[in-house]
Amino acid sequence: MSITDFLTDLFNPDLAFLPKALAIAVMSSVVCGVVGCYVVLRGMAFIGDAVAHAVFPGLAVAFVLQGSLVLGGAVAGVATALMIAVFAQNRRLKEDSLIGVFLVATFALGIVIISQAPGYAGSLQQFLFGSITGIPDRDLYLVGGTGLLTLGLMLALHKELVAVSLDREMSRAIGLPVFWLDIVLYVLVTLAVVISLQTIGNILVLALLIIPAATARLLTDRLGAMMLLAPITGGASAVLGLYLSWSYDTPVGGTIVLVATAAFLTSWLFAPRHGLLTKRWRRPRGAAFGEHIPASDPSYDALCAD
Amino acid sequence: MRALDIADLNVDLGGRPVLRDVRLHVESGELVGLLGPNGAGKTTLLRAILGLVSTRSGQIRVDGEPARRGRTPIGYVPQRHEFSWDFPISVEQTVLTGRTGRLGLLRRPRVADWHAVGEALDRVRLAGLRNRPVGELSGGQRQRVLVARALALSPRILLLDEPFTGLDLPTQELLGDLFSSLAQEGRALLMTTHDLVAALQSSTRLVLLNGRVTAEGRPTELRDPEVWKRTFGVSDQSALLKLVKAA
Repeated sequence: MSITDFLTDLFNPDLAFLPKALAIAVMSSVVCGVVGCYVVLRGMAFIGDAVAHAVFPGLAVAFVLQGSLVLGGAVAGVATALMIAVFAQNRRLKEDSLIGVFLVATFALGIVIISQAPGYAGSLQQFLFGSITGIPDRDLYLVGGTGLLTLGLMLALHKELVAVSLDREMSRAIGLPVFWLDIVLYVLVTLAVVISLQTIGNILVLALLIIPAATARLLTDRLGAMMLLAPITGGASAVLGLYLSWSYDTPVGGTIVLVATAAFLTSWLFAPRHGLLTKRWRRPRGAAFGEHIPASDPSYDALCAD
Repeated sequence: MRALDIADLNVDLGGRPVLRDVRLHVESGELVGLLGPNGAGKTTLLRAILGLVSTRSGQIRVDGEPARRGRTPIGYVPQRHEFSWDFPISVEQTVLTGRTGRLGLLRRPRVADWHAVGEALDRVRLAGLRNRPVGELSGGQRQRVLVARALALSPRILLLDEPFTGLDLPTQELLGDLFSSLAQEGRALLMTTHDLVAALQSSTRLVLLNGRVTAEGRPTELRDPEVWKRTFGVSDQSALLKLVKAA
């Protein structure tokens, strides 16, 4: 299918679900891209996965009660994130064990709940793998509003989140509320996950958090640039993925993730400074090792170099 | 007035006594080396001063005022492994994070903040590397970034946790010189270390700690091997005693 056909379909009133799905996919990918920067930099991938599973019982309850899936998922995800943070205060167990417990327990709870609804098999697949049809209009506004809220909070707390990510002990010493900042970050991850569930599905949502941010990390050594490149990568993957999925009738979540993975592999090989092949090409010239920014006092600095 | 004055400090961790009746003071201009074996409570003492562990009893005063976490400007230089060096951030931005608490929520850094960052970077002679990602720095440069971050608050006292660990001798010497000159400018420095050579060389005074303060004095005053044997629990043949004798 050509791009023009895709655009025609996009504006075809009979296919009204398509632009809605595109809008939601792009908004959620952008939000996940920004939030994912912290997930990648702080090694929180497992928490992201746990939260993605934890929203499932909320979705199941919302499905059984015919309520808003986004809202149900958000409540369950935030509750689980809070529980992990509180349980993690007990140092006897490592955090990843706790996360493992909550990950499977919440998912199991979701399965039990949704089995109570008649004809659940089809909806189960929709939860797990995402779908572009059947998105109510109010979810469009809910996703947009939640996305803006998430991005706004990240912007407002940027310097605090950076300080805590760099060094928790010093952050405590200068009076930052480290525990609450952790909670806020967990909640932000949850919100990003919840708004992405519709199109990408429960299983693959982790990809939206990790892959664009990991791709951006390979491309830059600046947090600001990373937080710009990650949502661009995510958003572009969503557009291209949806187009390919529509053209070749492939599952939309899987296709978006595969497009993002292609972007990741490309930057892994060709990133300007850290790409595998880029390094190999530069090595013979020695430029990668020769560049040196002089310090204010070269002799002092030479002695301090390891 | 003493820059840092600790009286009768008792700290328990997990129900176990870690610090007992610790009395310690640091004057402006002093660089005090805090020495003791593993588990002696050196890091706990620093954390107590910062308000990061609750104390059972005792007073901690900074410039005569009771120390309050996040309110009293205390420069803290943690061990290098406490910091995420793989984070994509420049030297300058890292130093700026030292002022996060003072800035407060929703405030952006102003001219005064950038000025303080610039001064701190000049002070540790890293101004030329201000835009470099921290992940590309050497061990000695990393240690100086952490010192600059602590200096960004313009504190009168600096707490240094094992600043010499993992650094080669020339780097240690340069850092020791930096600490000495920071003290001479009127700051009070308290430094924990396992590195006896560096401590004997750069400290104006030493405090030996093992749960309680076992001895203190200028490096030249602490020649009695018995004190060191008692504090560290080492034998007569220990290399530690030879080092002390040679100093």
